[in-house]
This record gives sequence, structure tokens and C-alpha cells, in this order.
Amino acid sequence: MQTNTKILAQEFEYFAPKTLDEALDLLDKYKDKNIKILAGGTDLLVKMKTINLKVDYLMNVKNILEINFLDTADGLKIGAVTPLSHIIREEKIKMKYSALYEGIMSMAAPAIRNMGTMAGNLGNASPAADTVPPLIAYGAEVKLQSKRGERTVLVEDFITGVGETIIETDEIITQINIPKINKNTGSAFLKKSRVKADLSKINLAVCLEREGNVCKDCKIVFGSVAIKALRAEKTEGLLKGQMINSELINKAAEEVSSEIKPIDDIRSTAEYRKAMSKEMLKDGLELAWARAKG
Amino acid sequence: MKGEVNFKVKKIPIEFSINGQKREALVKPNDLLINILREDLHLTGTKYGCGIGECGACTVFLDNEPVLSCLTLAAAVDGKEITTIEGLAKGNKLHPMQVAFLKNAAVQCGFCTPGMILTAIALLKENPSPTEEEIKDYMRGNICRCTGYVQIVKAIKACAEGGENESI
Repeated sequence: MQTNTKILAQEFEYFAPKTLDEALDLLDKYKDKNIKILAGGTDLLVKMKTINLKVDYLMNVKNILEINFLDTADGLKIGAVTPLSHIIREEKIKMKYSALYEGIMSMAAPAIRNMGTMAGNLGNASPAADTVPPLIAYGAEVKLQSKRGERTVLVEDFITGVGETIIETDEIITQINIPKINKNTGSAFLKKSRVKADLSKINLAVCLEREGNVCKDCKIVFGSVAIKALRAEKTEGLLKGQMINSELINKAAEEVSSEIKPIDDIRSTAEYRKAMSKEMLKDGLELAWARAKG
Repeated sequence: MKGEVNFKVKKIPIEFSINGQKREALVKPNDLLINILREDLHLTGTKYGCGIGECGACTVFLDNEPVLSCLTLAAAVDGKEITTIEGLAKGNKLHPMQVAFLKNAAVQCGFCTPGMILTAIALLKENPSPTEEEIKDYMRGNICRCTGYVQIVKAIKACAEGGENESI
């Protein structure tokens, strides 16, 4: 069948709860009946149009004010439906959470960022998601709620594969918590794509803590190089507790290209991704290192 | 094309404002905003390009922020304000961005123009004096197949410099 993207052909029932309680009730009621949560729609509606993803009940959560917020008092707490464009307008994020700011800025285009949400980016669980490497690098957590209660899991453990997460059918992401970062911490996000509005061929977030010339702690997370964002733990191990110099950075770059597990696909090749990972790691470390100074 | 569950799809009553006018409508859950605008309200300035969020031709303002009407459910605009390209002019007086596009010959076939103009207005609201790089970066989701980008960037620059970027 030819795809017609002018209309949304399939039929479904639509809900637009105004409170979280209403949403949790609906999820509980329809949990076994193919209910999907709609936030920005920039992934879900595209899938419903192009690959005929079937949805019987669609619940739009954009009107739930309780999960539309941005709290910068202690670390960052970001509501599930806070638009991506609102997140990057926050000065604290621009100044302190550079990798997250750069990750969101690299996504698609302004209109998409006005629609899209961070929870949607996580729930969609694309290996090329641009908020995921920064969130993992910061040690961020996702809060999930259902009628049964709530739980908090690391973003790193939340996504399990391509389009796959640990979320249960009666659960909803309500917020994302990013821990406080101290003054000696610097981060950076880098992405390679064909043109700026495209999805990543490969992306990288680095977050490191610096003590003089020593790298006290660091996290290195690549996207688009495995079935989910991948932490380069061996490479992190090479850098942690070490004096940083160009020799060590070169060694880390060699290590990282053997640690990632990219494939050939529509957007790039494994060979390109491995070669780029070296240069991106060097640049990412340098940038995060310089930022950690202030 | 139906999902596995067979149910009677209820129509949804919505109320919204379109270019400053209050409207009521009865929409199906799978109606898209773009089709309500073009086919029911006959506001055909908003264009259908790709339907999957790549081209920006269907850009409209939803509560004063650009969004893509091809990926917005009509039901989801209940209680919201929509502005389309038709809502920019005040009577016979065009919006300064429209004037700038005309003066700078930033229109060839015109298909991308409504989306370009709305996005450009949003840019100047956020950043009243953008550099050329900032303009290109912000406009990256609006694609012109005539490749008139040079004039489009020029028009946006001229509008910013003219100080005519008052909010709509």
C-alpha cells in the first residue's frame, strides 16, 4: 500500500485528560487495549502515517499542567510535556548543562522543538535520540507513575533497545530529574548529520569532573552506534583519576573506536562511525575539559 | 483502515481561535489540523509538503509558536489560538515580513513562503537582530525547492534591520 501522509487514515479513540489522575485512570482502564500516549506527535504521528503503527486509543497528555514545568532549584527537574524549546530557553541549562543544551539545539528545527518533549524523545527510544546521551552522561533519572504507584529509574536503564523501554502499559513518564553538577564539571555534545535538521549519524555526550589537571570522573556516551545509547566504560576507565594530556586523549580515542558497536544503515556506515568516534571524542573531551575550568 | 478494536469513533467538539476569530468545530480524532484549515476553513495558504515534519510548508502558529499542522491533531487545538499566513496582514497592510519577502524577491514558486514567513517572524521575536548564521540555523526546518535561500535570508535580515519586526 502506498503511504499517504496527507491524512491520518487509521481510526482511534481520542482522550485529552487535564489531570495526571485522569490520565492514570485511563491508562489503567486501557492498559491491555493498545493505548498510546501522545505528546509532541513528531515521532508517533509520523509512525502512524508512514509505517502504519496501529493505535486504538490515543491519549494526548499535552494539556496536563502538572507535568509541564521546569524546576531549576536543585539540579533540574523537567516535566514530561515541557516543550524542548522551553527547556533551552532556561539560562541555567545554557550555562551549566552544555551537553543537554547543545543536544536539544541540534534536534530537527524550531517548530519540531516547540512540539516535541524530552519524555517523548525517551519514550520513542531511538538509538539516534539526541537528548539521551546527555541525560545518561549527567546520570539523569526518569520518574514513572501508574495507579499502582511510582518508581524512578536511570535513563541508562530505561531504554533497552530500538524503540524499547522498561515502561509498563499502565505507566507514564511524569518527569526527568538531572542531578546537580558542581563547578568543576564540564560537558559537551557533538553530532554528525548530513544536514543540520537531520537525525544523527553519530552523536556523543561527554561529562567530566576536573580537579586541577586530573580527570576525577567522566562519562562518555555515544548515540547511533548500537541498539541504544552506549556508555564507553572502558574508555572512561582509562581517563578516570588520570592526568589529562594529549597522549592519554589519543589513547582514549583509539580505545573508544573499538568499544562502540556501530552498523551500516541508511544514514551512515560502521566504518565512518568508528573513524568519527575518535575525532569526536578528542573534540568532546577538549571542550568539556575547558568548560570544567569555570 | 482500522485497528484491532472496533468502536464507534466519536466526533469531538472543539473551540479554538483562528486568526483572531473564535470558531467551533466537530472533528474526528484522526483529523489533522492542516486539513481542517485548508478544506473546512478554506485557508489554503498553509501548504501540505511532506506530511512527516521534514519541510515546514505546513507551519502555523499555535499559541504564538510555530508548529507543524500536518503533525497536529485537530482535536489537540481545543482551546488554543491558531494563526496562519492569512492572519498576518492587518486589512490591506501586509506584515513587515511579508513586505520584506516581496521587496527582496524571496518568493519563487511561493509554496514554501507561508511557512518561511511564519518561522522568520518567530525568529525575530526570539532574536530581534540575528546574524546570517543564526538565520540559517533557525530556518533549517523550512525547505525551498526553488533554492531561493539567498533572497530569503536577505529578506529576513532586511526585516530585522528595518525594525519592522513588531509582534503580530
